[in-house]
Amino acid sequence: MAEHLVELRNVTKSYGSVNAVENVSFYVDKAEVVGLIGDNGAGKSTLIKILSGVHAPDSGDIYIRGQKATGWNAAKSREAGIETVYQDRALVVNQTIVRNIFMGREVRNPLGFLNMRKQREEAERLMRDIGFTSKVFSPNSLVATLSGGERQGVAIARALYNDADLIVLDEPTTALSLTETQKVFSFVEAVRRKGRSIVFIDHNIYHVYDIADRFVILDRGRVVAEATKAEVGSAEALIEDMRSIARMGHVATETTGLHSPSAAG
Amino acid sequence: MASETQAQSPAAVVSSGSIQRSPLRMFLYDNRRALSALAILIVLLALFTLANPAVFGNPVTYRSILTTLPVSIFLAVPLVFIVTGGEIDLAFPSTMGFAAWMFALAFDAGWDPFLALAAAVIIGLILGTINGVLVVYANLSSLVATLGMNFLLRGLINIGAQGYSLAIPDLRNTFFHSLFAGRAIEMIPNQIYWALLFTLLGWFLYNRHVFGSRVHCVGDNPDSSAEMGINVKRTRVMLFMFVGVGAALAGVFSVLINFVWWPTTGDGFLLPGLAGIFVGGTPSWGGVGTVVGGVLGATIVSIIETGVIAAGLTGFYTQFFYGLVIILSLIGHRFNGRRYR
Repeated sequence: MAEHLVELRNVTKSYGSVNAVENVSFYVDKAEVVGLIGDNGAGKSTLIKILSGVHAPDSGDIYIRGQKATGWNAAKSREAGIETVYQDRALVVNQTIVRNIFMGREVRNPLGFLNMRKQREEAERLMRDIGFTSKVFSPNSLVATLSGGERQGVAIARALYNDADLIVLDEPTTALSLTETQKVFSFVEAVRRKGRSIVFIDHNIYHVYDIADRFVILDRGRVVAEATKAEVGSAEALIEDMRSIARMGHVATETTGLHSPSAAG
Repeated sequence: MASETQAQSPAAVVSSGSIQRSPLRMFLYDNRRALSALAILIVLLALFTLANPAVFGNPVTYRSILTTLPVSIFLAVPLVFIVTGGEIDLAFPSTMGFAAWMFALAFDAGWDPFLALAAAVIIGLILGTINGVLVVYANLSSLVATLGMNFLLRGLINIGAQGYSLAIPDLRNTFFHSLFAGRAIEMIPNQIYWALLFTLLGWFLYNRHVFGSRVHCVGDNPDSSAEMGINVKRTRVMLFMFVGVGAALAGVFSVLINFVWWPTTGDGFLLPGLAGIFVGGTPSWGGVGTVVGGVLGATIVSIIETGVIAAGLTGFYTQFFYGLVIILSLIGHRFNGRRYR
């Protein structure tokens, strides 16, 4: 079996006496969309922060393209091609799209002076790539004039600029309208067409069901189930499974499709 | 202008920043704050000239303004940065006085004036760093901490000077003086060239440099900036350091005017320094601003006093007009855009 793009093996992270993430194994393959779902407190955010280098696991290993990662941190995660789009989007809304895309990673000469033209051109290219086909926007539009979905587009474009192989989206459709949610899905599709991978976290099972290839369900810090879309069958079935998991803490025996995690991803 | 854009069709509604606008309209919109400040300045000049053509038609008046205005400009440019960065620095008047004092003492002790200038700038840098560290690392409100520092430094000056001013008349005949405060062109004091150079450098730093870009980001949303890898603390400390340098330069240039340092040097600039920023179109909420506007605002404030007296009113009216101009210009700038969240 080909190596995974990224893999977490038996990672555990606890805060005091609470195990936020316990013995979790999780992998993502190339050009795959994984839906990471679970209730609040299931450990999804902690897991992706371990992946993006913000948190160091107490135990367990991280493998990038088959190689074990040592001294993992946020900088290394970016260099390895993992970009995370956090729930609050991390935008500065009174600033232009260009400035938002390049904040923290400006295109500059050794003296620190910005290459304004290159930044603008790259911003235009990115906006086209992720589907900002409307001519109404220019890279110098203020992010504040964009709608929620379009802002999400800017946050995603920012991740794309660094040519990320894996983009993690944390609750990207929160507070978005139907049209905007559709726009986010278009972005996801565009990214997938480029051969990149996505981890998609969302509470809305219908959203996740639509776009994910595979589902991993966390509950109280553990992986309780995973399945491909074919195995699950329908969004309603998945919702029902989630409810029984929330009630019982594990997969119900009559559940269609879902199976408990196998031994190592 | 700032309404949410609904892109329903390719021929969609023009939004702010749309590439369908003509370059002229885009220029006017992008620079509306500085242009508003320019408009205010022109209106005031026109009013004052009408009230007393003899004064405002006379070049000597402008020579006087161009001698003292540069001092305000050295203060205004870094203040625009710090307000854009979401902070405020109220310690610059006594930083100015302290750095000027060091300059005067050094020159009086026989130092080469250029070395004395360097010493003053370093003192300004150190004082600015102290302010920055207090605000950023001790996590104090910049308003309160720098207010306290202003008193503390002024107190140190008073203790040290014991009420005595320091005259350095020998400065008059030096190359230093003719370089910085002479007349390369008849009637135009050299100070203004240096101030304009500083403004130009400030503009590039603000609009074309990584530092300026990050200052905008930090002032707009420090949490987002931190998540994107910007060192928010370091950026903030550098803002205070910049104000310290500007204050030191302002102090030296103020001593160059009359060759005297007073224990009160700098005090009179608190209002004009700050007011100039806001009158010039930099809003207090951070993330947005204009260097050119700040300089224009400083100019506006500096002509008010002259204008009021020239119009035949007594000096009692000066403060009234300061206040009037501040409030009216703020109302005017309100039309330049609101803060978005």
